[in-house]
Amino acid sequence: MPATVSGMTAVHDTTTGEPLHDVRLRVNDVWQEARVPARRLLSDFLRHDLRLTGTHVGCEHGVCGACTVLLDGAPVRSCLLLAVTVSGQSVTTVEGLGSPEAMHPVQQAFRECHGLQCGFCTPGFLTTAAAYLAQHPSPTEAEAREAISGNLCRCTGYQNIVRSVLRAAEIARERTPSASDR
Amino acid sequence: MTSRLFGEPVQRVEDAQLVTGRGHYLDDLGHDALAAAFVRSPHAHARVLDIDVTAALDVEGLVAIYTYDDLAASPRGTVAEALPLLIPHPALHAPRTGYALAREEVNHVGEAVVMVVASDRYVAEDAAERIVVTYGVLPPVVGIEAARSAERRTHDDVPDNVAAHLLQEVGDVQAAFAGSPRTLELDLAIQRSASMPLEGKGVYARWDAEDGSMRVYSSTQTSTSVRAAVAAKLDLPLNKVDCIAPMVGGGFGVKIVHPWPEEVLVPWAARELGREVKWVEDRREHFVSSAHERGQLHTIKVGFDDDGRLLALDVRFWHDNGAYTPYGIIVPIITSTQLLGPYKPGAYRVEFWSLYTNTVIVTPYRGAGRPQGCFAMERVMDAIADALGLDRAEVRERNFITPEEMPYDHHMTFQDGRPLIYDSGDFPATLAKLRTLIGWDDTLAQVASWRAAGRRVGVGLACYVEGTGVGPYEGAHVVVETSGKVKVATGLTTQGQGHFTSFAQIAADELGVALEDVEVVTGDTRRFGYAVGTFASRAAVMSGNAIAFAARSVREKALRIAGDALEADPGDLEIVDGVVRVKGSPAASIPLATVAVLSNPLRYAFDEASKAATQFAVGDTSGPPVREDDEPGLEGTDYYSPVGATFANGMHAVVVETDPETAEIKVLRYCVVHDCGPLINPLIVEGQVHGGVAQGVGGALYERMEYDENGQLLNASFMDFLMPYASEIPHIEIDHLETRSPLNPLGIKGAGEAGVIPSAAVFASAIEDAEGFVITAMPISPSELFDLRRRHAAGEVPSLRREDRRTEEMR
Repeated sequence: MPATVSGMTAVHDTTTGEPLHDVRLRVNDVWQEARVPARRLLSDFLRHDLRLTGTHVGCEHGVCGACTVLLDGAPVRSCLLLAVTVSGQSVTTVEGLGSPEAMHPVQQAFRECHGLQCGFCTPGFLTTAAAYLAQHPSPTEAEAREAISGNLCRCTGYQNIVRSVLRAAEIARERTPSASDR
Repeated sequence: MTSRLFGEPVQRVEDAQLVTGRGHYLDDLGHDALAAAFVRSPHAHARVLDIDVTAALDVEGLVAIYTYDDLAASPRGTVAEALPLLIPHPALHAPRTGYALAREEVNHVGEAVVMVVASDRYVAEDAAERIVVTYGVLPPVVGIEAARSAERRTHDDVPDNVAAHLLQEVGDVQAAFAGSPRTLELDLAIQRSASMPLEGKGVYARWDAEDGSMRVYSSTQTSTSVRAAVAAKLDLPLNKVDCIAPMVGGGFGVKIVHPWPEEVLVPWAARELGREVKWVEDRREHFVSSAHERGQLHTIKVGFDDDGRLLALDVRFWHDNGAYTPYGIIVPIITSTQLLGPYKPGAYRVEFWSLYTNTVIVTPYRGAGRPQGCFAMERVMDAIADALGLDRAEVRERNFITPEEMPYDHHMTFQDGRPLIYDSGDFPATLAKLRTLIGWDDTLAQVASWRAAGRRVGVGLACYVEGTGVGPYEGAHVVVETSGKVKVATGLTTQGQGHFTSFAQIAADELGVALEDVEVVTGDTRRFGYAVGTFASRAAVMSGNAIAFAARSVREKALRIAGDALEADPGDLEIVDGVVRVKGSPAASIPLATVAVLSNPLRYAFDEASKAATQFAVGDTSGPPVREDDEPGLEGTDYYSPVGATFANGMHAVVVETDPETAEIKVLRYCVVHDCGPLINPLIVEGQVHGGVAQGVGGALYERMEYDENGQLLNASFMDFLMPYASEIPHIEIDHLETRSPLNPLGIKGAGEAGVIPSAAVFASAIEDAEGFVITAMPISPSELFDLRRRHAAGEVPSLRREDRRTEEMR
């Protein structure tokens, strides 16, 4: 959006007149910059300013978890953060986990285990599960269920999501040569 | 032979996109569009006295503000008229529908009053909050009792608040009661819940002023009908309007309603402004301005004999339809017919009243009236078993319609206006499988021993029949491109049911091609214009069979053309892995891609392969290049239109334990046996069952719409409306029975709604069994159960008779 300098320091949006701020984020390993109002949510910043629409917004009050992204590796609800408050930090979205040609273990596992139906909540489950498995590579079924118990899904009844998390752990182990193989 | 894909647990073809963030949902489109926001009524019932927009006018970035008066002044179209009554019915004697923007009166909190269009959503909401609407507040009607008492009115001209009244009677109920050795009466209640897809509604419109065309994207369950509604409302020729359902983040019924006010207003504003406009529903809007379901009160009288056989059933119920009736009375009609489940009721009389209240409209939510009906009937079964001291499964079995009695005519009218005739099902076999799956006798014995040890554990059982695959029709277009790739288009829409995979499995089997060579498109009127929509567990049955028919016609044509080319009888040909070949002599073959080239006689070659179809390359000059009864292209269109619904069935059992102190309800086991005929893809069917059960658990134990006496929805957020997380949903054990439907060539029945139907019934059955007193209202929370215990101890809630017997045995 075009911007003009007004006064000495503040930059304002030419359409709305709102003061704008430079936000610089490392998103999926690439530094990205945009000039946005202070009230721009991180979820909107990712989706509409950077056009990374894989992150979805299901409730806008931090309960459903669809908008979960990784901030410096830890899961956060991007609908509860202002983009300006995380400037300079590193964000991983579902697009950054992997691509159709090179899927992250959680992505491959969700596909194999039918861990998604409409797919709208899925990005939040994937980022949550990826962060969890990075810390807990061999969860039990109960632990896997607990790990995804902060995210809402209305389609799957969670059973195949739990299976997917367990399968993702297995895939990650398959992909990493064990110590005895070295 | 190409291996058959029908019946295989094929991984979904759409998932690679969806798990990598590449699915395109409504709000992933139109980044440069203007954004709409709405001023919505904060009152449940009020006159709109004045709208003052002055303060909003200086908001920078504001583009337009519209009220009802602007719609009325619109020179073209019928945007100011009331929204359509989608499903008229003779018993719906006082139908009322709302306006796209409120005209003089609002009838529920959340009704749209003013539309604001601005450069982005933040700015649109800034402007919206500065608009001052002055209301003359009226007393609201909230709840079924208030509507029934008619001390207040929702609509001035409907004095008794009754929108519809319908009575169906089969046999002589009065005489049947007179001949019944035993009778029981039950009062049963179910509260409101809602579909609550993770993605709300959304509309994005692109008006092309140069050619006068409109493209609308909507998160809808019916793109063809949204298209027709937009064309009608905006006075545009149908062929100048297209509607596309992009990836849709869940529907569960709420998105079958149309046109929503926003589906009219967004395209209208796009044309008015000559700009792209988008509106994306936020969660609070979804709670207060979409649709709810389930709220009903039932009074039942049943007559039966000493063996527990039903002789007479008299059901009266009151259905809360909310403020308006755009979707007619489908939900109570379904309750009144599907209540019968797998049973022969003897004489049956059912009467309902559909009532207006000043609350959000009520339209089908997955299950659509069946959960209430199942709850009613299964409570009756448990009550009979309890009264006679019989096993609950045994009483059910004694009342089953037997396989020999199929097709079974209930002599009633179903929700599609057609006779209620069960086409198939083997209910004793379904029950036998469930008994085996859960280990019925062992489980009862186990539960008895747990109880003896002081635990509160109970077992519940519930059975249902679901009419699926209702008409009028669906169609499909199948084309083999000259690349050999197969493109399938069907008009109904997809909200996560895996149609891109299951429909591709059907087409690939029929045509003898690989799954990866088939691409399926749904819900895009540019690709297929005739359709009804996705609801009532109908998509697989309707479009699945339409695709099979269309693919068969393409196959027939391919074999004919290949027969000419190979100088062979088409009857001697087969298609294997995308190649047409002579059976038993595979060297004589021609790829389907080449057949596609030959199917379209050309003057101009566009590549190497297409030279084979040009005029000097084709040998036979004895007839016209395109025969009189033929068309160019290796493609076909066909439709499937059934005489009536096909009936799936299922039975669930649950074991619950309740906490003696806190009354918390814990699920120990949940077992499902389901019969939807042959499974196209077991992975997808089981996923549907899992999801349905989860919604059922939510509806039975957690979810309800909490309206206060002023018509304010107190829990309109995910913080307060308790949808279950993974921690609340049990592991679900499933077994299938596959009884073919005789009505369609694939023999299939719908599966989408099944999982949710028996939940209220099965949990009531189990909790009652654990607690030893009668449960008559669902959902039930720990605090309600705690309160029931106190009332039971005080003698206000009756004990189960089996509880008395149990106590006697212990003495």
